[in-house]
Amino acid sequence: MECSFALTGKDYVLVAADTTSARSIIKMKIDEDKIKTLSPHLLMAYSGEPGDTVQFAEYIERNIRLYHIRNLYPLRPQSAAAWIRRSLAESLRSRHPYSVNLLVGGFDTADQSPHLYWIDYLGTMATVPYAAHGYGSYFASSLLDRYHNPDGTLEEGLATLRRAIDETSKRLIVAPGKYMVKVVDKDGIREIEL
Amino acid sequence: MSQIWKYVRVTPSGGRVRGVPARSSTTSISLPGTPDHLSSQSTLILRFVMSIMEHNGGSVVAMAGKNCVAIACDLRLGAGAQTIATNFEKIFPVTDRMYLGLAGLASDVVTLREKFRYLTNMFLIKESRPLEPSTFAHLVSSTLYERRFGPYFCEPVLAGLERTPSGSYKPYIVGTDLIGCLNFAKDFIVTGTASDKLFGVAEGLWEPDLEPEDLFETISQTLMNAVDRDAYSGWGAVVHVITPDKVITRTLKGRMD
Repeated sequence: MECSFALTGKDYVLVAADTTSARSIIKMKIDEDKIKTLSPHLLMAYSGEPGDTVQFAEYIERNIRLYHIRNLYPLRPQSAAAWIRRSLAESLRSRHPYSVNLLVGGFDTADQSPHLYWIDYLGTMATVPYAAHGYGSYFASSLLDRYHNPDGTLEEGLATLRRAIDETSKRLIVAPGKYMVKVVDKDGIREIEL
Repeated sequence: MSQIWKYVRVTPSGGRVRGVPARSSTTSISLPGTPDHLSSQSTLILRFVMSIMEHNGGSVVAMAGKNCVAIACDLRLGAGAQTIATNFEKIFPVTDRMYLGLAGLASDVVTLREKFRYLTNMFLIKESRPLEPSTFAHLVSSTLYERRFGPYFCEPVLAGLERTPSGSYKPYIVGTDLIGCLNFAKDFIVTGTASDKLFGVAEGLWEPDLEPEDLFETISQTLMNAVDRDAYSGWGAVVHVITPDKVITRTLKGRMD
């Protein structure tokens, strides 16, 4: 089942999402990228109802890109997260709501600070130091609570993330096999091999 | 707010007969005897129903004092029993002398907060005079009633100081239900998942004409003790005491479990 994790460190945000694409009990694909790059310093991991996820993520991706093109500067993480939340909150009261859960992580180049937002399909938004979605959250949140260091180095963050993923793989019956990990910091976004 | 257990009629095939909200049952208990008129057709089941008002948890309380008012909230944001964040404030400033607390569905807390910020800014631009609590209370009421048949799942509490014609200030606290029915009170207003506990403690601790410092102590003790008996609220609190010349804001650390 789908799992995504994210955590902040001293000057970065780590976002991890599993790479399986499933229909019912069948794995269709095991190398799906479920973390979108919204702008040079903004990442969004998405999970939820298949179909809704990609549609919604692309809608967000293109609107944030449009803002960047029109204004020549990207939306800051706080503003982007607020707009994404509102899109989901408005969708919730429409005839066909998107059933998508998100982790939005970004690095604010204006004040050099990492930001992480936990957003669910209801349009609930929480500003958090670490977050998880899916069944993995039941195992990871307590681990992250114990081991997360808001001033940690990237190596320390990766070790904590590995702990969370390992615990999920060990204890969850329907644990995903592979994860994609991305980091966003002052230099932009890059993929990391765990 | 307290309809957690509901009788649900279930057919022998297991299909639902009468509506229960989707995304409900976590536990179900069959009753020993089935009422006659339902006998072979369907069974009554007592089922745990998670209401949308309780999904995220959280509580707010407001109290009136002597020439001052106080409003306080807890800091938990949950998704059912799981705690997501412990920094979720539910009280927002409206003017220098008025704060609005919103308890209920966290999504609507933020949506309503943004809506009221827009409406109060528009009021200031159009009227260029301060917004009084009594005016704002009716704005809250009509905004909520606009969504009478598809409401925002929030119960607001408003605390402020109302300017009298003589130029002095008098305490003004009011609460509404989720469709905007105003509830004026001289003493205190409670809302949220711990509202029943808050009622009890507030009833016991509150007394008329408390000075700002005593009011702070009363509202803090009320919230802390009520919230400690509620699994869906807690993780610290924020208290605002509003006096005519200043607002005192304090963050409290509670039981962190």
